[in-house]
Amino acid sequence: MRFNGLSRHNRLNRLNLVIMLAYITRRSLLLILVLFGVSVLIFGILMTFSPERRAATFVSSPQQAKDIPRIIKQFGLDDPFYVQYIRWIKEVFKGNLGWSLVASRPVSEAFWNYFPVTLEMNLFAAPIVIIFGIWLGTLSGIHRDTWIDHSTRILAIVGWSLPTFLFALVLLMIFYGYFQIFSPGVLSDHLSMFILDNPDSFKAYTGLYTLDGILNGRLDITLNALSHLVLPVLTYVIVVVALNMRVMRSGMIEELSKEYVITAIAKGADKHTIHIKHARRNALLPVITVAGQLVAYSMEGSVAVEVVYNRHGIGWWLAESAVQLDIPVLMCICLFMAVIFVITNLTLDILYAYIDPRIRLN
Amino acid sequence: MKSQHPRLRELKFTLYRIFRNPSAVIGFLLILFFLAVAVFAPYIAPPKYAHNPYLMPHKGFSPTPKPPSKTHILGTASGQYDIFYGVVWGTRTAFKIGLFVVGFAALVGIALGAIAGYYGGTVDEVLMRITDIMWAVPTLVLAMTIVVAFGRGLDKIMIALALVGWRWYVRVIRSEILTLRDQDFVQAAKIMGVSDTKIILRHILPNAIYPALIMASMDMGSMVITASFMSFVGLGAPKGYADWGQMVALARNYIVGPPDDPLKFWYTIVIPGGCIVLFVLGWNLIGDALRDAFDPKLRRR
Repeated sequence: MRFNGLSRHNRLNRLNLVIMLAYITRRSLLLILVLFGVSVLIFGILMTFSPERRAATFVSSPQQAKDIPRIIKQFGLDDPFYVQYIRWIKEVFKGNLGWSLVASRPVSEAFWNYFPVTLEMNLFAAPIVIIFGIWLGTLSGIHRDTWIDHSTRILAIVGWSLPTFLFALVLLMIFYGYFQIFSPGVLSDHLSMFILDNPDSFKAYTGLYTLDGILNGRLDITLNALSHLVLPVLTYVIVVVALNMRVMRSGMIEELSKEYVITAIAKGADKHTIHIKHARRNALLPVITVAGQLVAYSMEGSVAVEVVYNRHGIGWWLAESAVQLDIPVLMCICLFMAVIFVITNLTLDILYAYIDPRIRLN
Repeated sequence: MKSQHPRLRELKFTLYRIFRNPSAVIGFLLILFFLAVAVFAPYIAPPKYAHNPYLMPHKGFSPTPKPPSKTHILGTASGQYDIFYGVVWGTRTAFKIGLFVVGFAALVGIALGAIAGYYGGTVDEVLMRITDIMWAVPTLVLAMTIVVAFGRGLDKIMIALALVGWRWYVRVIRSEILTLRDQDFVQAAKIMGVSDTKIILRHILPNAIYPALIMASMDMGSMVITASFMSFVGLGAPKGYADWGQMVALARNYIVGPPDDPLKFWYTIVIPGGCIVLFVLGWNLIGDALRDAFDPKLRRR
């Protein structure tokens, strides 16, 4: 009775689950170690400032310079490294990340102001990058060494060679300067003034102007925000799509040379089925990794785009803080990046282990 | 007939494969051109200030850029800096950045990767965990933080990028070495009593180095992009220093001209910007050709 097919299947399933859980736990522990390491690294880099210089950020006028020794004592700025580190990390866990000079408000509060701007751009750009990358990569993999392949290859290399900030400037020069259709910023001035003046009639439900416009019944704001998104998204897509495309292409070429494809051809399956149903599905695996990396590194691409188009998001905040020596912000953004990196990696690991059983047994 | 040394034959075959590819030829020509400009910079654009040739000469302080003329063949940027001079000496800056950053990163990365991959065990575990930590923060963000800690300047940018850049090479070299370590020729060398250092340098690295070479070539471009972006933001070279990124920053307020002629100041951005793109393109084309030439799957067909 106990040894019928179903219960054996169940037992195998349970074994699989245990292995999977053990694998996830192991990966999570490693990633927590990474987070800890990053926090020590970042804190260590910024501890290279002398106590005097760090105290000077609390001082606003030269007359207060005599207060510096008192400040050093009060905040324990010359304590041993580990004492200061523990004090800092305790505050971080409480959600206190310090004061931002650039935003002139607490870092944690300012963060949620800037984050939606970056998120909005990435939400629009990511699907385009992934869909175009997969589509063009598949095409050039199938039609290898034809004009399609060569032109996507040129597109990829040129895309790689274009510095984001430069491409953004040139687009701004053409579309803002010459054609006068798209302007920098997140919203047109009269609309952002309207929102500032009427906080009651326009509620920020999500912080994403495109979505808030719909939720508040102000389609003009949505359309305006969308028109401000065209150039940033275009810049980002052109520069980033190349990587996705090349990975997809080499994956396709590799899969198409495997024996199961030859078998399928021999059995008379039609080309479309072989390409799309068999080869592409397998070639998608490496693309998942790249897409994951894209999520983790999307912030990096956003920096140049936000600086040039004057969109006040996380990337702009980072650049501005680096110029104005706003150290708490730099620490916060580094930690934030590390957290995003860890979460994406964990998701990818689980996804991979789920798809490919060899990984979790290794 | 006396046969050639196998390594020489292999090199000849590789070179043949690389230069059969037209994009490689274009890439090498571009880089050769830039190299020539960098080497002969003092003759092409004689420096005005002997103590620091990287300072761009400027006549007057007028903020409005001037179009190309007889005295300034590529025009002047905001602050009347001569664009031609800046572009020529900026080539040297670009090579300095690329060679220093990639050289340091590749050396450190290859050494650490070789040690981690060859010895394995605890050494590997510790080195790879450190690399993992470095991986978690994107290049630009980490480099910016380091520049802030060390103080502004082009040299600080170079140091920061070098300190961040090595992590790629560790992973690549290590994974190559892991597949080579247990192969028969390495075991044979071990049994014959060859020292570990010699095995790594003579027998393993020559077989594992190609992916790192490809990466180094691509990195020459991307590191120059990152450095020029940091200069553009204002973390790098001071105003008037012959650096392409800094020159783009000078042009930033002039991307849009007066209403009747919106593209009036195009030269202030297109010329230094074009130099960055061509420089990076050259290295990327070389990297792409190297990848094709070294890909074992495509190699002998």
